[in-house]
Amino acid sequence: MKYAYYPGCSSHSTARDMHESAIAVACKLGIELVEIEGWSCCGATAAHQTDRILAASLPAANMLLAKQMGLDTVVTCAACYNRMKVTNHEVSSSPAMRARVADVVGQPYDGSVAVRHLVEVLLEDVGIEKLRKSFTHTLGGLKVAAYYGCLLVRPHDVTHFDDAENPTILDRLVDAMGGQSVDWPGKVDCCGGGLNLTRTEVVVKLSGSVLDMAVASGAGCITVACPMCQASLDLRQKDMQKQTGRRYEMPIVYITQLLGLCLGIPPKELGLNRLMVSPAGVLQSLALKA
Amino acid sequence: MTIRINKVAKGTGLKAIVEEMSGVSLDACYQCRKCSAGCPVAGPAKSAPSEIIRRLHLGAGDELLENGLVWMCLSCETCYGRCPMQINFAAVIDALRSLALARGSKVPEGNMPLFNRMFLANVRVFGRSYDLSMIAGYKLGSGSLMSDTEKFPTMLKKGKMAILPPSGADKKAVRRIFEKAMPGKGKKQ
Ligand code: SF4
Ligand code: SF4
Repeated sequence: MKYAYYPGCSSHSTARDMHESAIAVACKLGIELVEIEGWSCCGATAAHQTDRILAASLPAANMLLAKQMGLDTVVTCAACYNRMKVTNHEVSSSPAMRARVADVVGQPYDGSVAVRHLVEVLLEDVGIEKLRKSFTHTLGGLKVAAYYGCLLVRPHDVTHFDDAENPTILDRLVDAMGGQSVDWPGKVDCCGGGLNLTRTEVVVKLSGSVLDMAVASGAGCITVACPMCQASLDLRQKDMQKQTGRRYEMPIVYITQLLGLCLGIPPKELGLNRLMVSPAGVLQSLALKA
Repeated sequence: MTIRINKVAKGTGLKAIVEEMSGVSLDACYQCRKCSAGCPVAGPAKSAPSEIIRRLHLGAGDELLENGLVWMCLSCETCYGRCPMQINFAAVIDALRSLALARGSKVPEGNMPLFNRMFLANVRVFGRSYDLSMIAGYKLGSGSLMSDTEKFPTMLKKGKMAILPPSGADKKAVRRIFEKAMPGKGKKQ
């Protein structure tokens, strides 16, 4: 199993823990992630809010690099995943767009590079059975709220990620790890991440509502696969407390961090020390596999 | 709800140009409002997707570019995902934003255009996002220096904010993209 790996900018910044845990888990499972040499920013929200051609050209340039490697592209950031998929959709469905992007990037791109999120690879290529066999630890029945947010599941006719309204990929991984995925209504709600610096009060309100739903479901942690969701939920719990008067101590962990723990990887190698809200509760419920 | 629009003159509404820029036709919208029911910011923005579409139907002009939803929209795509007519309203909002920039509309609360400019300026220079510089630029420009200051020391300590600029990107390729896609724009910070 060999893939072209696109880490995305947040891997070296706010989501170093996501990157560290993804690499550690891939290594352990024998998944070869070859970093795309010279990769650049996908443009994120800033590009598509500014200019449609710029927004398609930045991801296209990266997918062209991956194309030369002849491998499927694997991403860990939900936003990069979304931008790449949207670009593939735009250039393959519109000849005019394809021509504009080719002119801007300097070579034609037909939208043919397969883009996959690491969790899709884990579920589809590695498979639950092999994962189960590789686990040395279990989550010891820990209740986990699997949170998907927006960018993986929408627009669904473009991302084709699991199910648009009730995705279960993360839930299935949680259950395979011996955790209990909870049934809760917040799965595909928006955390507000795009407004994190500009309209913080909106983020606090939306992320606060996600958190309240997770608390009500009895979850001991929320697991995510998106660095924006992680940042909004983890970083803003004190701000939420100010707004609602309720105290929150909800660990927000990447799915790859949970998987890493169950594969017996030390917490530090998974970047668990970088979380704002301590993951102590998660670590405590971790048990050796019988 | 009553919708008032300032019809400037016949045929000058934004609908046609927005449809062209976004590649989305709004004619099939029958105002079922599923989009608005799912929009997470319809409340704080004091506007909603179906309302914007109706305004466009009725010939709304540049005043629409200052509607609260234009810059508060999170691009969460819930409106598009739930529309029975598959109208990609998120793309419509992106077109409105591009138009608002081009026509120099009033700066929205929180100054998202400034944030985007800072983000893209750093990508243009480094080929990748440089959060520290981007945030500093945004904070200086927007005068929001004091917000979140308590978070930065912890983030730095925990390695959640890189101090040095990113390296490794094919900067030449990125610069070409910016120059070709947006000629003459974004050169200065
Ligand atoms: S969901 Fe679609 S058809 Fe219904 S009001 Fe919104 S845009 Fe119109
Ligand atoms: S994409 Fe924007 S307009 Fe559509 S539901 Fe989300 S926030 Fe509302």
